[in-house]
Amino acid sequence: MQDINEKIQANPKFQKFVSMRNGYSIIMTVLMIVVYFGYILLIAFNKEWLATKLVPAVTQVTSNPETGEAITTIISAGTATSYGIPLGVGVIVFTILLTNIYVRRANTEFDTINAEIIKEAQQ
Amino acid sequence: MRSNKLILGLLALCAAGAAFAAGADLGNTTKQATNWTAIVMFAIFVGGTLFITKWAASKTKSAADFYTAGGGITGFQNGLAIAGDYMSAASFLGISGLVFANGFDGLIFSIGWLVGWPIITFLMAERLRNLGMYTFADVAGYRFAQTPIRTFAATGSLVVVAFYMIAQMVGAGQLIKVLFGLEYTVAVVIVGVIMMMYVLFGGMTATTWVQIIKAVMLLCGATFMALAVLLQFGFNPEALFAKAVEVHSKHDAIMSPGALIKDPISAISVGMALMFGTAGLPHILQRFFTVPSAKEARKSVGWATTWIGYFYILTFIIGFGAIVNLTAAPETYYVGGELAKGLKGGGNMAAVHLANAVGGDLFLGFISAVAFATILAVVAGLTLSGASAVSHDLYATVIKKGQADSASELRVSKITTLCLGALAVVLGIAFEKQNVAFMVMLAFAIACSANFPVLFMSVLWKNCTTKGAVTGGFVGLFLSVGLTVVSPAVWEATLGNPKGSAWFQYSSPAIFSMTAAFFTIWLVSILDNSEQAKKERALFPAQHARSETGMGAAVSGGH
Repeated sequence: MQDINEKIQANPKFQKFVSMRNGYSIIMTVLMIVVYFGYILLIAFNKEWLATKLVPAVTQVTSNPETGEAITTIISAGTATSYGIPLGVGVIVFTILLTNIYVRRANTEFDTINAEIIKEAQQ
Repeated sequence: MRSNKLILGLLALCAAGAAFAAGADLGNTTKQATNWTAIVMFAIFVGGTLFITKWAASKTKSAADFYTAGGGITGFQNGLAIAGDYMSAASFLGISGLVFANGFDGLIFSIGWLVGWPIITFLMAERLRNLGMYTFADVAGYRFAQTPIRTFAATGSLVVVAFYMIAQMVGAGQLIKVLFGLEYTVAVVIVGVIMMMYVLFGGMTATTWVQIIKAVMLLCGATFMALAVLLQFGFNPEALFAKAVEVHSKHDAIMSPGALIKDPISAISVGMALMFGTAGLPHILQRFFTVPSAKEARKSVGWATTWIGYFYILTFIIGFGAIVNLTAAPETYYVGGELAKGLKGGGNMAAVHLANAVGGDLFLGFISAVAFATILAVVAGLTLSGASAVSHDLYATVIKKGQADSASELRVSKITTLCLGALAVVLGIAFEKQNVAFMVMLAFAIACSANFPVLFMSVLWKNCTTKGAVTGGFVGLFLSVGLTVVSPAVWEATLGNPKGSAWFQYSSPAIFSMTAAFFTIWLVSILDNSEQAKKERALFPAQHARSETGMGAAVSGGH
């Protein structure tokens, strides 16, 4: 076992593989951190933007020709849904996707290289 | 074995008896029919899981079986079990209750509870599986002096488990009091006794299956509720939101972020605690040793993230469904039939009342039983990891210097299970009237400030030494607990000091305590020039090769 372990360490393929895979892990981690903390900081600094309606209500202000009073007419109601909602659900979906993309690649591509390295060390 | 079975049977009878007796006694004061459905459904769940426990007991012969189910769980099963371990009653009832009360803010919370999982996936899962055997201390202490690192890891595990456990037990007592009409004390004792039976007799095998069954029940129940709500609005979320805005007392405010995030420092600090704390929870980390390979470990976390994320989307829909459905029938769901007086049983009952609104008494019974089962699954996982820390890290490694045989290690873990179970019940009763809301956040803060930095640095940084890891870990531990004590939640609310006198005003200590832990590990390690440190650094390449490739990793926990 000791011997196999040393062979793995000495294999340049192993060093290359580890730095490639770790680079990928770090990119994925940074992506997750940016998306999550980006969302949190957006909430901390710009609540108004997140509260903005997807489709804003359209109103028209006219004045009564006889009395001069302002009359507000709602032309279209707009949506109740604000930017923050699909964005938040989007962060959840993004998290699920990112995790599964990593798992899929690690379990196929990475594991194949990994198995090769172990096999070479066992010879 | 025979006496085990007998005790098992007797305990089951006692628990069932207590449930029925108390249900009948208090049946007059609450809705009788609903209570009985809930109790019968819960009795079926307990009966079924105890049957599984009996089967698991016949398979739990060695310490390896007890800690990790012999390493024979598949990735898919483990993913469900992790989800079952993680989706607590607090996240189900608490988040849907938060959505019901404030709308948008509930979403912020659920995102926070999810984002720790990718971090575990990208950085920890396969390395944990490749280096570890039973507890996370196996991983953190792979090349270190065993006594100090294990002492630290066991302390870190037990402290996290203790705070998490108190929050669960108190929540259980309160919840069951409302759902089943049982006395608080009776409820806490029932949870303690049934949980102890799972862990004591069935070890990790029984705990895993309880968590899987609970996860499936919870996911099915929540899916049904969310679909029922969406069906009312023709599967158009906009229609649901529009109606909710119309009927909610806060109207349009439920569509925008409210008071949950007060200042940027608190926001980042809470975010860090949730994101990195998940990767330091001992009961979650232990689940990665139950699968046979790194591949299955990754599959586990892929499935777990999928289920947990899906579940949080459901809780969001459920919360909005509750706003629409419950306000439509205030006479049934609100105190005195008045919206202003709040929900019967408190704000956390939103999901439970919605179950009644969309599925009637039978479904209400089902959801109540699921909530009870949820608590059992979570506390069983916590107790198991606490017992493993004591028997594997402290007893077998620190006290017996690695010379303990499997039988005596197993005996110690069972004795510890009994002690932890009893302690959980006592603490649950002692903290009945206390505000324990801060305890889950504290558990996450400690996990991210003590356990996570030590684990991360020992596995990934070649120059890390025992001295650095242990010193840094304890700095993180004491700082996270200390800063929580002088924060408003404890200093003012629990210790009764005047308002505004707490000098740590942020919502979580994580940003300071986690940074301090990493800095201390780095500083002490680079200053450590002892012979031991040189030896430990020399061991890194071999550890590195094993952690990255899995060559030489423990296969199926010693079978």
